[in-house]
Amino acid sequence: MKIIENIRYAESHEWVSLDGEIATVGITDYAQHALGDIVYVDMPEVGDEVTAGEDFGAVESVKAASDLYSPVSGEVVEINEALEEEPGLINQDAFANWIMKVKVSDPSELEDLLDAEAYAKICEE
Amino acid sequence: MSCSSRYIPHTEDDIKVMLERIGAKSIDDLYADIPSEVIFKGEYDIPSAMSEIELRNHLKSLGEKNSQLTVFAGGGAYDHYSPSVISHLLARSEFYTAYTPYQPEISQGTLQYIFEYQSMICELTGMDASNASMYDGATATAEAMMMMVAAAKKKNRVLMSDTVSPRVAEVVKTYAKFHGVDLCVVEGKGGVSDLDSIYSQLEAGDVAGVIVASPNRYGIVEDFSGLSDRVHAAKALLTMYSDPSALAVLRTPAEWGADIACGDGQSLGMPLLFGGPYLGFMACSKALLRKMPGRVVGATKDADGKRAFVLTLQAREQHIRREKATSNICSNQSLMALYVTVYVALMGKNGLKEVNRLSCDGAHYLYDSLLATGRFSDPFGKPFLKEFTLKTDIDVKALNRRLSDKGFMGGLDLGDGLVEFAVTEKRTREEIDQFVKVIMEA
Amino acid sequence: MKHYDKLIFELSRPGRKGYQLPADSFGVDGIKSIPSDLLRQSDPELPEVSELDVVRHYTNLSSKNFGVDTGFYPLGSCTMKYNPKINEEIAALPEFSALHPLQDPETAQGALELYWNLQNALAQLAGFAEFTLNPFAGAHGELTGLMVMRSYHMARGDKKRTKVIVPDSAHGTNPASAMVSGLQVVEVKSRPNGSIDIEDLKPLLSDEIAGIMMTNPNTLGMFETEILEIAKLVHEAGGLLYYDGANFNPLLGKVRPGDMGFDIMHINLHKTFSTPHGGGGPGSGPVGVAAHLVDFLPNPHVKKDENGKFYVDFGKDALGSVSAFFGNFGVMMKAYAYILSLGKEGIRNVGPMATLNANYIKESLKDDYLLPIAGACKHEFVFDGLKDKSTGVTTLNVAKRLLDYGFHAPTIYFPLLFHESMMIEPTETESLETLDEFIDVMHKVAKEARETPDVVKDAPLSTIVRKLDETTAAKNPILNYKALKNA
Repeated sequence: MKIIENIRYAESHEWVSLDGEIATVGITDYAQHALGDIVYVDMPEVGDEVTAGEDFGAVESVKAASDLYSPVSGEVVEINEALEEEPGLINQDAFANWIMKVKVSDPSELEDLLDAEAYAKICEE
Repeated sequence: MSCSSRYIPHTEDDIKVMLERIGAKSIDDLYADIPSEVIFKGEYDIPSAMSEIELRNHLKSLGEKNSQLTVFAGGGAYDHYSPSVISHLLARSEFYTAYTPYQPEISQGTLQYIFEYQSMICELTGMDASNASMYDGATATAEAMMMMVAAAKKKNRVLMSDTVSPRVAEVVKTYAKFHGVDLCVVEGKGGVSDLDSIYSQLEAGDVAGVIVASPNRYGIVEDFSGLSDRVHAAKALLTMYSDPSALAVLRTPAEWGADIACGDGQSLGMPLLFGGPYLGFMACSKALLRKMPGRVVGATKDADGKRAFVLTLQAREQHIRREKATSNICSNQSLMALYVTVYVALMGKNGLKEVNRLSCDGAHYLYDSLLATGRFSDPFGKPFLKEFTLKTDIDVKALNRRLSDKGFMGGLDLGDGLVEFAVTEKRTREEIDQFVKVIMEA
Repeated sequence: MKHYDKLIFELSRPGRKGYQLPADSFGVDGIKSIPSDLLRQSDPELPEVSELDVVRHYTNLSSKNFGVDTGFYPLGSCTMKYNPKINEEIAALPEFSALHPLQDPETAQGALELYWNLQNALAQLAGFAEFTLNPFAGAHGELTGLMVMRSYHMARGDKKRTKVIVPDSAHGTNPASAMVSGLQVVEVKSRPNGSIDIEDLKPLLSDEIAGIMMTNPNTLGMFETEILEIAKLVHEAGGLLYYDGANFNPLLGKVRPGDMGFDIMHINLHKTFSTPHGGGGPGSGPVGVAAHLVDFLPNPHVKKDENGKFYVDFGKDALGSVSAFFGNFGVMMKAYAYILSLGKEGIRNVGPMATLNANYIKESLKDDYLLPIAGACKHEFVFDGLKDKSTGVTTLNVAKRLLDYGFHAPTIYFPLLFHESMMIEPTETESLETLDEFIDVMHKVAKEARETPDVVKDAPLSTIVRKLDETTAAKNPILNYKALKNA
C-alpha cells in the first residue's frame, strides 16, 4: 500500500496537498483498494462551498459506496473531469488522480489532519 | 400433531424425526425463549379452513355484490383492452414465482424482460434511461420530486401545477410534508398550467424543480412551449407526468425538454382491478441517471463472452446506502413490467397509435353527442385525447346513480357541475349512443 | 433445449403485427383536432412482431428463470413459500378485475367487503386495532408506518421528536425509510447474537426520539427475549415501537406483535401470506396500528357502517395518501384466499412448522458450516461460511455452487455481523424430503470444498450464463436496446 510523505490525511481516507491557497483533494491508495473497482465518482460542482468534515461527494464500486468527506473548507475551483469518463483511474493511481481542488478559507485546518506516519498507523489497525 | 393443511406437508412422523434431530421434545420447546405472556392463547376471529369449492363459492358471492359496469370514466384508471396472450404468459410460474433477480445466472428471464421494458419506456418517453418500474404513477411522481430536490443539493422548493391529477397530487403532498420539501401548488388557468405564474416563481432562484402533467386532470393536452428553457435557466429540473399509452401519439416529455418523465403504466392494457396492481414508470436524462431511485437492469457479458443482463448501479440503493440511498424503494412492480413489455410487444407502434386513434375518435364522438344535447358545455375549449371535462346543469350525483342502475359508470364528478368522461377503444358506437340516451332521460 | 438469446426488438420486421382492433366507426378524426406541435414528432422504435413471436419469445425467456415451482429457495429473510394456484385464479375473477377504483362504493360492495375482511383478519393475526392495505410493498409499508409515527407526535404538538432508533443489524431499508419520512436515524448496537443491547439503548432514549424500529425475531432468527422491557423503556420515554414484519412468519399462529407492545407494524403479504414475489413485485405492505393511532392511517379508508354497508372515508386526521387508489388490490385477493384456505386452526401451524424446518436444517449442517449463534432459532438462522476456512472457498462460492445443484442460493453477506454470512430460511411449505435433499447437497459442497475446491470456486458451471461482468455494467451502463445497438 502506497502512502506519500509531505501531504496530509483525514481519518476518513482522503488526502490533501496544499499549494498556496489551493488544496488538492483525493482518496488514498488504501481507500481505493478497500473499495475495489471504482465505477463512479460523484463529484461536487465548481463553485460549491465545501466544509471540513462534511461530505462533498461519493465513490462507488459495484457493491459498495463510500461518502467523501472534505478535509478542508472553501470553494471548489476545479474538479477532475477525467474521472467522469474513467473513474478507474483512481484504482490505477489514487494520488495522481485527484478529485477536486479547493480554494481554502482556513489553511490552519490542515494542522488538524494526520501526517503520513500517523495515517499509516490507522491503516494498519 | 399433524398439520392437515394442503400447504403444510408435515406428517406426525416427520415432526417426530425432525424434533429428534434437533434434540427438542416438542415444538413448544422451540418457543421456550419467548415470554409466556406474549404467546397467543386465544382464538382468532376468522373463519375455519375452506376447501377450494367453498372458497370459490365465497368469492363468487362477494363478486355478486359488485356491479359490472360499462366504464365511461378514467381519472388515472382506464378501461383499455388486455390482449389474451398477456394473462397466459404472466401465468407462467417461472415468472411469477421467481424472486428478485439477485442471482443473475438463474434469473435471465426476469432480467431480460426488464431490459426490454426499460427500452420500451425510453422509446415511449424519449428519455435516455428508465428504471425497472415503481409502485404506481403517484408514488413515482413523489419519488421524482425527492429526486429533483436531491439533485439540487441545497434547494428545497418544488412547484407543482394544480392541473396534475388530484390523486397524484395528494400522494406528492404527503411525501413532501414528511420529507420536508417545500411544495408549492401553482394554481392553473383555464384548465391548464399557468406558465406565467410558474415563471415568476422561478425568478427567486430557490426552486429545485417543477412538476406538470399532460394530459392533465381534465384530460387536456397541455402546451408546454418554452417551459423547459425557463426552468433550466433557473437551474431547476422539470418533471412531466404523462400517460404512456398516449405517448405513442402525443409530444413526448423528451421533446418538451423534461428531465424526468413519470406516470402510470395502467393505460397499457392493465385490468382495472379496483386500483392495482398497476405500475409507475420513471425515466430520466443521462445526466440524472445515477440520481434515479429504484432498480435498473443493464446489459453485460458473462465469463464466456455471452450477452447477459444484470442488476446494475446498485450502489445507489437502500441495501447498500442505507439512510444515504436515493430512496427506500426495494422492489419494482416486476410482473407488471412484464405486463407492459408483452403488451407493447404485441401492439407495436402501429397498434398503440390505433388504440389512441380509436379512443380519441370515440371520445370526440361522445363529446359531440353530449354538446348536441344542449345540457353540456365545454368550459375550457382545449385539445384532448381520450378524456375530457364538460360542464352541466344536471345533478351529477343523481345522474351517475341512474347510469349505474342501467349498467354504466358515468363520468367523474369533479364538483361545480364539472364531469370528466373517458372513452377507450373498448367502447362501441352503440354503447356511446345508449349512454347518451340514458343521460338524456334525465 | 437450444440456447435462445434474442431480444424482442431483434425479432422485429416492418409491417408485422400482433394485434387486431375493431374498425373505426365514429366518423370523426379526433387527433386532427390536436395542434400538430402537441403531437409526437418522431415515431417510437417498438417491435413489430406476430402474436406467435411474442408467445414463443417470452416462453423461451421464462425457461431462463428459477421460481418456487422450479425448486427450493433457502433464501433468508425472504420467506419464499409456495404460492397456491387457486389464489391466482381468484385474483383474475372478472367480478373484481373489471372494477374501476373510482366506482361508486354502492356498486363495489364486494370488493370493499374483501378489503375490510382482510384488514380485519390481519388485525386478528397480528394483534392490532386496524390495518390499512394501501401500501404497495414492505418498504412502502415501513414508510407509511413511520409517517403514522410522526403524525402521532405532531398531532400532540410534540415537535422535537425527529429521531428514530434503528439497530445496526437492521436491513438497509429501515434507515432509508426513516430518511424518506424525514426522521434522523440513531443506531443502537447489537449484541453478538444480534439482539438489542438494553444498556446501549437506555442513554439513547430522550424527548427527541419518535420511536424504535425492530424486527423480532431479529435478523439472526433469534427472538428478542427482552422485548417487554424494551417496550416499557421506549413507551416511558414517549416513543412508539415499530415492528418490521419481514420476520413475522415464525410468529404467525403463535405470537402477535401487538401483544409484545408494538404500536405499528407492516406485513409483507408476499412473504407471510403466500402471494408471489413476481420476480420483484408487485408486493403489498399493509400497516397495522394500535387503537390510539387508527385515525392517522392513510386515505382512502375502507369503513363499515352500522347497517353493514361499506364506504370509503377520507379522514381529516389521516397522514395523507400513499397511493392513488386502494393499493395492490389483486395481491390482497390472493392473501385473503390464503388465509381462508388455512382457516383459524390451520394458520396456527405456519410459524411452528417454519421454525421446525429452520432448526432441522441448522442442526443437520452445523458440523460442516460454522454456526456462530447456538440455540433454537425461529424461521431462519445464519452460518458464518464453511467451518473449514483453510480451503479458501467463500460463502459466495458455496451459493453459486448450489445453483449447479438446482437450488436457489441462500441470502449471503447479510447480516453484516459476520464476514461470511449465509442466511437460510426454509418456510413451512417445504417437506422433510426437500430439506433432506438440500442438506445432502450442502454436505456435498462442503466435501467438494475440501477435496476439489476449484470446482466450487468456478461455480456456477451448468447455468445458462456464468459469472457476469458487473464492473463494466456499472461503469458504462447500457440500459436499453438503443444503447446496446450503438455500443
